[in-house]
Amino acid sequence: MAIVNLQNVTYKYPLTDMPALQDINLQVEDGEFLALIGPNGAGKSTLCYTLAGFVPHFFKGELAGTVEVAGMESHNATLSEWVLNVGLAFQNPFNQISGAKYTVFEELAFGLENIGVPRQEMKRRVEDAMRLTGISDLAERSPYSLSGGQQQRVALTSILVMQPKVLVLDEPTSQMDPIGTREVFGVIRSLAEQGMTVILAEHKVEWIAEFADRVVALKDGAILLDGSPADVLTSPVLPEYGFGISRYTSVARRAQEMGFWNGEKLPVTLEEAVDGFASLREKGRG
Amino acid sequence: MRSEINDLHFTYPTGVEALRGISLSIESGEQVAIVGQNGAGKTTLVKHLNGLLQPTRGQVMIGDWNTREHSVAKLASRVGYVFQNPDEQLFSKNVGTEVAFGPKNLGFDGERVQALVKDALRLTELSDKTETNPYDLSVTWRKMVALASILSMDTEIVVFDEPTTGQDAMSVRRIANVIAELRKRGKTVITITHDIDFCAENFERVIAMAQGKILLEGKANDVLGEEEILARTYVDPPQLTRLGKRLGFKNTVRNQEEFLNALKNHWLR
Repeated sequence: MAIVNLQNVTYKYPLTDMPALQDINLQVEDGEFLALIGPNGAGKSTLCYTLAGFVPHFFKGELAGTVEVAGMESHNATLSEWVLNVGLAFQNPFNQISGAKYTVFEELAFGLENIGVPRQEMKRRVEDAMRLTGISDLAERSPYSLSGGQQQRVALTSILVMQPKVLVLDEPTSQMDPIGTREVFGVIRSLAEQGMTVILAEHKVEWIAEFADRVVALKDGAILLDGSPADVLTSPVLPEYGFGISRYTSVARRAQEMGFWNGEKLPVTLEEAVDGFASLREKGRG
Repeated sequence: MRSEINDLHFTYPTGVEALRGISLSIESGEQVAIVGQNGAGKTTLVKHLNGLLQPTRGQVMIGDWNTREHSVAKLASRVGYVFQNPDEQLFSKNVGTEVAFGPKNLGFDGERVQALVKDALRLTELSDKTETNPYDLSVTWRKMVALASILSMDTEIVVFDEPTTGQDAMSVRRIANVIAELRKRGKTVITITHDIDFCAENFERVIAMAQGKILLEGKANDVLGEEEILARTYVDPPQLTRLGKRLGFKNTVRNQEEFLNALKNHWLR
């Protein structure tokens, strides 16, 4: 069943002439892990805001078409209903931290306080979520004393405690170190496997290739490609349009031009690249 | 201009010991990347170069200036620092004024200010956006404005804190071009980055930090090949370095040229 259903969605921010989203048609299945890629300005964040109800309820502007998420319809539901089902982690964690709380623990409880969750349950949910994202040791720190990467983990955790059906993440690891990024991607993957629907805007193609079920490439507010990571991420149109691609793909493409690549398909992950080059050597010897 | 850091320790007022004995010298015209896990002390270290932070112990020399003896304003003529988040840095009503602010403040004459601004805007591909309010630009372009406003100060040393964070492929290429141009001009570039592929493709020397200390430092190929040591500071080797290792290449490779060369000339023979 599709938990996200966007039909002919076109959106303009207030006081702008150019639509930020143009005729978007997108269905996302329950439990799917969908990655959004695209150059800056392609509409990734705007699409995230739309899925999370911030467009149009917070940003105003003109929204045409139908936006249905988790059984709600954008034109009818309010933002406060929306947040019970959909969680959004912002691109800049600084914009998300409430500023009203002295410790990370209180910050994480803030959303639950607002929806009136009983104290004991609130405590349990915050502790569980902190354990999941590996920030238990930050509980008593001030959210503002943390590094960018740590703040991003707090921002993500503050969404997870709400246990949303749909998790929308806008470059959630942009300030994290590489292994921290891998850990967080692992957490997101396991949430998807437990049935949470995940929609992730991301530049780190290598991780998308490894973790996402499906990739949508956005360009100038419209969907350019929609398919499996293996198909979308090796499409020759991506580099032409200024999309980042995996180094494995680009080096294999160069090798292919030089006659050093056998397979039809270019690799997107390390394992695929290892297999591809290794088969080349075996053939050469055989 | 040489920078010399000697047994640098720094403890934040909260008691967090962020730097625990850093000694390092960076020669004039070197291009250095600093990598390492979140909280390793990278930003704390570079904030000592322009005096934003003062050592708890040890000293930092920028050329013949001890950073303890000169104000941040004075040090700004030698060390330019581009913040991680451009929004912490931008305040003018248009891009042109923003980029002219630094060189004007350094007391350069009008003609030189104009020339420097023009050059900085050209390098960052902002020439057509002089009249725009920085906050009407996307974060990608605001980052370029932040870069331009430091480049225009024509400092011998330029520090970039996470320049590629949240930037798309085109913008990363633009930043790489700026760094290449600074190299040509003989400027020293010190860059903090988590983007290890960007590091591999643009820097000759790499410093890996962990827990307030230098874990490993040296030529990029030597440092980036040390998978096990890098893992201690939450860094993975670059993609092509990992691929080369997995294929059993004899030497560490870190970019396309090196990879394809090794593939063609050694591995497939």
